[in-house]
Amino acid sequence: MNEPRFAAGQRVRIAERTPPVHHRVPSYAKGKVGVIERVCGVHGMPEHFIRGDGKPAQRIYRVTIPQTELWQAYQGSETDIVELEIFEHWLESAE
Amino acid sequence: MSDHDHSTTFQADHPEPTSDAARIGLALRELLIEAGHYTADEEQAVIAEMQGASPENGATIVAHAWTDPQYKARLLQNGGEALRELGFDIAPYEFTVLENTDAVHNVIVCTLCSCYPRSLLGMSPAWYKSKNYRSRVIREPRSVLAEFGVELDDDIEVRVHDSTAELRYMVLPQRPAGTEDWPEEKLATLVTRDSLVGTQRDLPLS
Repeated sequence: MNEPRFAAGQRVRIAERTPPVHHRVPSYAKGKVGVIERVCGVHGMPEHFIRGDGKPAQRIYRVTIPQTELWQAYQGSETDIVELEIFEHWLESAE
Repeated sequence: MSDHDHSTTFQADHPEPTSDAARIGLALRELLIEAGHYTADEEQAVIAEMQGASPENGATIVAHAWTDPQYKARLLQNGGEALRELGFDIAPYEFTVLENTDAVHNVIVCTLCSCYPRSLLGMSPAWYKSKNYRSRVIREPRSVLAEFGVELDDDIEVRVHDSTAELRYMVLPQRPAGTEDWPEEKLATLVTRDSLVGTQRDLPLS
């Protein structure tokens, strides 16, 4: 299977788009910058399950985003974070 | 009500579906079985497996991790493989275990739907699937946790884990003080379902 494009610790931006199909990227995270927490496995591409096969399969990464990056009015500690799973074709480098 | 025979897809005590969505779901299952994609016996086996799963499985894993530091390290590194060591498996999903410490509290949500490691921990609690929990814990975790009775000081980092794709999660709660000489089986009795999701932090010695 393909080599991961990103490594743990790398800064990435989540794409800001809304395809009219199931795509498993929550709107609060679109356009946001985070850091790769860990590289996970390769799984079917949600957007292509609508045609039946989920291909090409995509690498998944866990991405860490500070709460203060997500919500301007965040009430809590500055070290609080959200971590979520993002498919590789939704990520671009933000180094 | 139809007189169609549902005996291949129904459990004997299952009521006739009353909503359109439930009727469509049943019809789809029957079509898939009739077309040979899987058998009614295979469906019953999956249902039985899910009904046999419970938070006790998670408690077994947690108690083992508490008493075996090397197992704990493997569990945090690669949860799926560590599960199989104890005879559990949640394939095709990956399994990620998140450790609570004095400085960190983890809590799990699925904002998009209600993903939960059902085949390991059984059915998820109703609040886990509620719109209230799913929409609020992601942006105001500290107030939602306070409603569950978890009051966190500012110097404890709160990590919310959104189960958006193919990973499933479990929190590894902290081992309570005063249990140093407890055997693994007794330790497991302390672990609750909510502590595995992160809506409970302290495990009382009852």
